[in-house]
Amino acid sequence: MISTQVKSDETSGGGKLNLTLKRWFIWGGITFFFINLLGVIGTVVISSFGQEWFSGWLPHGWTTSFYKMAWQNYQVYGLLRVTLEIALTVVLISIALGAPAAYALARRKFPGKKFVMLCFLLPIMLPPITYGIPLATFIYKLHLGGKILGVIVVNLVPAIPFVILVLTPFIEQIDPKIEAAARMCGAKTHQIFLKILMPLIVPGLLAAGLLVLVQTVALFELTYLVSGPGSTTLVVALYYAVFASGIRPYQAISAMAVFYMLTTLFILILALRYVNPTQMVTQANTNRNTDNH
Amino acid sequence: MTSSTNIMLLDTKSNLKHRFAERGIDRVLLLIIPALTMMLIFFVYPSIYGIFLSFNPLNHSGFLGNYRSFFHDSYMRRTIFNTFRIALPVSIINISAALPVAVYVRKYVKRTRPINTLLVIPMSLGTVLIAEGLYAYLNPSGWLNQTLLDLGIISQPLRLLQNFWGVIISLVISGFPFAFLLMLSYASSINPSLELAASTLGANSRQVFRLITFPLLAPGLAITFCLNFVLAFSVFPSAELLGNPSGDSHVLAIAAADAVTQKFDYSMASTISIISAFFELFVIASVFLLRSKLYSGSTAGTKG
Repeated sequence: MISTQVKSDETSGGGKLNLTLKRWFIWGGITFFFINLLGVIGTVVISSFGQEWFSGWLPHGWTTSFYKMAWQNYQVYGLLRVTLEIALTVVLISIALGAPAAYALARRKFPGKKFVMLCFLLPIMLPPITYGIPLATFIYKLHLGGKILGVIVVNLVPAIPFVILVLTPFIEQIDPKIEAAARMCGAKTHQIFLKILMPLIVPGLLAAGLLVLVQTVALFELTYLVSGPGSTTLVVALYYAVFASGIRPYQAISAMAVFYMLTTLFILILALRYVNPTQMVTQANTNRNTDNH
Repeated sequence: MTSSTNIMLLDTKSNLKHRFAERGIDRVLLLIIPALTMMLIFFVYPSIYGIFLSFNPLNHSGFLGNYRSFFHDSYMRRTIFNTFRIALPVSIINISAALPVAVYVRKYVKRTRPINTLLVIPMSLGTVLIAEGLYAYLNPSGWLNQTLLDLGIISQPLRLLQNFWGVIISLVISGFPFAFLLMLSYASSINPSLELAASTLGANSRQVFRLITFPLLAPGLAITFCLNFVLAFSVFPSAELLGNPSGDSHVLAIAAADAVTQKFDYSMASTISIISAFFELFVIASVFLLRSKLYSGSTAGTKG
């Protein structure tokens, strides 16, 4: 199918030249993007191992002492623990609340469904900072500001819709006749749930959970607005460190950034075993998810 | 007597249940309640609360006091212009780069997974880390300037930090992958036989793109633009860390965050978020209005 299309482009000589030019242009652009990206990440990694780096291609000497410094003096260990604690709790709660809702939305059409969908779509369509500020005000009013519970609640606001948007199309694909057949054969509701639905939904749950994990570890704005000492995640701490750079040695901030990067990449690699990279954006592609039924 | 009313009650009850079930209302819907309650308490209520808060200024300057002081203060008013000056070019750069690449990759690249995987990395690292890295990379003695100087392309280091450019570059790095992946998923849903049919009828590749591919992609392009715009509109870590946060990158998001974290004026902060939401929704609405004038329908091209 693809090869025939190539042929149709090559029928005229001009088209062929054009295509070669286009190929160079596009691959050149992609390469340029990745070289710069590599430069950005490489600078962070190399400076974290360097002793002094004011000019030149590489630092003057190498050391790992800044990792020790970041780990001990900047409590990277504690930050990492808080981050994972928050992220994992968010994953569990958002799945526990989101999966049943996704099931109902996938299986039923009911009056008011549009309103319900809007409640779930808006937090994803709106940027976090716009709803984050009134939300943070509310969280402080509930005396949850600066507490881990407050950070968890705030992170649930985008996480629950996210789970629903990932799972609803997934559940729609499961034929309801399978459930009906099980019921005909005398299965009770809990049996249908455990023996029929669960095994079919597990891959979707895993995908949604890992995507939420990636998202929560990287989510900055909402956590920044409500976190305090003891409930700060690694990204927010990294932001404060860069913001007040000068107080801390730059290399130690880089070491902190490397810890953050390793955490994210580890979860990302884990996630990419179960999800397609395009799935990380198509949840935003809400039109397709809602128009289909 | 009692038994007959019981039967009647039972009858109307089951009848009602039936009638509701026909409209899709049954016990399955109870499953939505926990998630919906969470959203109502922590999203809908705070949003409404924020709107009320914005009309109740801390300094008791009246119903519209906050809005008046925002628009009267030229430093604050300028945040709107600053935000647009960053968000519009970034979204245009990102989608105009993503569109040709996505169309090309869909057509000629068989294994897209490696590219997609690599592109997901900057997205999931997040804006804070990208900003941290760019801070060193774009430095006058950083690798970028070093390379350009050594190649003899420039004679003195480019100034890319503490100004407009640093912010733009960081938003392109985090926004382009997002735009590309989204565009690719839209492009992949177009049935290639539509383009094939056009070429069979004698259209050259430029005509195929202009008359077939582009119109089919236009709705996806509109959504990608909007989502990219929203991302660029509200991201403040890069503006704060790479730009000139008290000058030309004093964007709405920074003003709002500062009102909370420095002045503890939640009322003013809510006002700024509402103003920013208003402008954002305005842009999105105009893009969708434009989109509604274009073809919207099946891209599968099989039936209907």
